[in-house]
Amino acid sequence: MSDSPFPPFDPERFMTLGAGGHARRLGLGYRAHGPDWVELALPYDPAQIGDPDRGVIASGPILTMMDMATSMAIWARLGHFRMQATLDLRIDYLRPATPGKTVIGRGECYRITRTIAFIRGQAHDGDPADPLAHVAGTYMFLDAQP
Amino acid sequence: MTLPPYAELLGLTIEADGDGAPSLVMPFSGDVIGRPGFLHGGAIGGLLEMAAIVALQHALEAEGGGRIKPINVTVDYMRGGREKPTRARGTVTRLGTRVANVEATAWQDDPTRPIAAARMNYLVVRS
Repeated sequence: MSDSPFPPFDPERFMTLGAGGHARRLGLGYRAHGPDWVELALPYDPAQIGDPDRGVIASGPILTMMDMATSMAIWARLGHFRMQATLDLRIDYLRPATPGKTVIGRGECYRITRTIAFIRGQAHDGDPADPLAHVAGTYMFLDAQP
Repeated sequence: MTLPPYAELLGLTIEADGDGAPSLVMPFSGDVIGRPGFLHGGAIGGLLEMAAIVALQHALEAEGGGRIKPINVTVDYMRGGREKPTRARGTVTRLGTRVANVEATAWQDDPTRPIAAARMNYLVVRS
């Protein structure tokens, strides 16, 4: 199906073995995936607070999680890893994350062209029907010619 | 101006340089890396958001202060962030009674060659 030099993409393995650096510092973990989506979890950590008066985490860690979940959703849809760069990412912050709760982020890739992958996603902290953030964005494949 | 714990996680420090909003510096470290050799896009986004918040609080304090709540952010990534310090500065394009429009730019060696830029909208609750 694919002529990629990379083995089949395994999101759980990627998060366990491959995602060090900033992802590990934030404690990001694998939760679930499907044919074109990946779900990650961001455990509550006081070191990520952006609003000390209320104990609410900053928006940055949610942005990082959604960047990773949507990025991985592309590889899930492709079936393998491919070098890509984020072109743009927009996040609507629907409500603050609840202090103490793990935030769950689901990224979905809904369209792939020769050069660009289109993504969207949502984050919640327990009830998917009560999302706290909505994202949309695009990635560009670094090995593609437009 | 005190930065929240998340800014400490990123290693941010404030760099006051003359007029206007101060800029923020994020040192390179293993805690902000993404794929090998490059900064994580999320860490760059977090830095841009903090720079926007600092600029907005700076502007708001001049008008009596208040609380801010993020509505949304759009980040454009222009160049990969390399293994070196990153700077970012926010600009308040409009500070209204209820909403503020803020832009922020991040760069490494040359401020005229940004690695990323962001636009943000904030709700403002004035004191």
